[in-house]
Amino acid sequence: MATLAHEAHTPTQTHAEVTRDVVNTLGTAGRGYFMLLGLAVAMFLVGAATFVALLKYGLGLAGYTPPVMWSVYITTFVFWIGIGHAGTLISAILFLFRSPWRTVVYRATEAMTVFAVMTAALFPIIHIGRQWFFYWLLPYPNARYLWPNFKSPLIWDVFAITTYFTVSSTFLVVGLVPDVAAARDKMFGWRKKIYEIASLGWKGTHEQWRHYTRAYLYLAALATPLVLSVHSVVSWDFAMSLVPGWHGTIFAPYFVAGAIYSGVGMVLTLLIPLRKALKLEHMFTEYHFDNLAKLTLFTGSILFYAYAMEYFVGWYSANKFEQTTFWLRAFGPMWWAGWTMIICNAFVSQLFWFKKIRTNLTALFVISIFINIGMWFERYVIIVSSLSNDFEPWAWGQMTPTWADWGILMGSFGWFGMWFLLFARTFPVVAIQEIKETIPWPRLRKGGH
Amino acid sequence: MAKPVAGVLGSFVHIDAATEAIRALRAEGRTGFTVYTAAANHEVEEALGITSSPVRLFTLIGGLTGCAAGFGMTLWMSVDWPLLVGGKPIASVPPYVVLAFELTILIGALSTVAGTLILSLLKPTTGLAYDPSFSDDRIGIFVPVGPEQAGSVERLLKTAGAEEVRRED
Repeated sequence: MATLAHEAHTPTQTHAEVTRDVVNTLGTAGRGYFMLLGLAVAMFLVGAATFVALLKYGLGLAGYTPPVMWSVYITTFVFWIGIGHAGTLISAILFLFRSPWRTVVYRATEAMTVFAVMTAALFPIIHIGRQWFFYWLLPYPNARYLWPNFKSPLIWDVFAITTYFTVSSTFLVVGLVPDVAAARDKMFGWRKKIYEIASLGWKGTHEQWRHYTRAYLYLAALATPLVLSVHSVVSWDFAMSLVPGWHGTIFAPYFVAGAIYSGVGMVLTLLIPLRKALKLEHMFTEYHFDNLAKLTLFTGSILFYAYAMEYFVGWYSANKFEQTTFWLRAFGPMWWAGWTMIICNAFVSQLFWFKKIRTNLTALFVISIFINIGMWFERYVIIVSSLSNDFEPWAWGQMTPTWADWGILMGSFGWFGMWFLLFARTFPVVAIQEIKETIPWPRLRKGGH
Repeated sequence: MAKPVAGVLGSFVHIDAATEAIRALRAEGRTGFTVYTAAANHEVEEALGITSSPVRLFTLIGGLTGCAAGFGMTLWMSVDWPLLVGGKPIASVPPYVVLAFELTILIGALSTVAGTLILSLLKPTTGLAYDPSFSDDRIGIFVPVGPEQAGSVERLLKTAGAEEVRRED
């Protein structure tokens, strides 16, 4: 994977070539695909087996030790929710900004969002211990006339995540309809029948486009404040408490920036091999990766500032508890995790000031792995190190992750990978109709629009 | 299978030819025809004189319903089972803004999709002539007319620059 050749910003293909190239990615896959899918399913089964053990023996298996009663599962929950944010940023926010580079990458990132939120949504259920009572979180009429406490950020989170999953899935499906219709018209036999059902009778009539384009715009307009609210609500799970290291007013924007940063990292991790596997190198060009890297640099720099500000506020507050928490993050028992977070997020992202790095796929892929690791550790540090050392030193304590933590973490990557791989071979991973919108139609006469 | 609608189907390669045909059809007073494109196109919309879709009403009503439902649900449930938390009022509006906001988005988005489906169903496409190339790289115009007028419509589409014109019986 060498440095990419520079290519023009507007697609050079014709309408027919776009349909052909994207539809060619569907259908029967090669051996490599099935090996990857097999690996993902195997990882998921490890997670499923671990979950069965948790159901039988309880959360004690997961190394929960007072005072650290939120650890790897909540860390991984926040990690996956964060991953989803880049997808919505690219698909909805950049749509409103009419950013031309989003068109090619948005479908894959929106799919990533839906599957990441599907993965994240499993974690609160795994974490609550008595998983069979998860529906207690919902406001449903019950024999004792009890309702949830709507002043709790944890209940806000239930509503935020449910809304986020529903709206993201809707946005993905709505975007897919015209593309599935385009695939339907190129298919034969039983495949054609399946795509015919999935295309919901789409024919691209002017009336259909009239309602569709408006609906799409409004969905993007609704998804934009939603994505900013979701990670703000997730951050309030922490910031609304009094735990040192959590009780910060910068948490909402800090978490949103971190979420987008981690999400773009995952986009890079997924797209770099995907473009090669699906032979779409001519579509995902230097231009797209350069812009993704710039977005990473921007959000990574906000994180750099937020990390610095957290330490500054800790010191400037003259609050002994805050000061101790941040001192221990850098030099306490979890120093290695604290520095992993700072190096992988604040420092590594700064490499993207150099265009040579932004357009080198090998470098991008390696850095994206660092971002994924760094952002998982960020949440681990915030959650575990803050809980380990709160107010009273006699109540301090460390937790060590166990096989049950790693099993579920591995299972979550398998679950996510399984859905993403299945999606990539079943549905168009590049938005056919949106690219066609940017390609000028041929003209019979000179001049014109 | 729905009964096929009789008419004339024209296929265009060029956008300016298609928009000229649309304008000519409208100039003749024909309004019931259908234009197929593989992607949304402003020139086609302009030629057709398309007005904004009423789907926005569904979004607005859905959003307002969600907002009212969010505040209504949280306030009513708080009063129904009074739970004193942190010395705060029983029915406290600021924390409920979060829930009202989420429900505004949720119901607003779902009603937008429902609106699109309902509005699309008002003009069913079953029975209208269609060609798979319209989702690829051709622009289609289907004019539902009887055999007595089919000839003049065929001529109109060909004059505008249609690549192919065929009658559907």
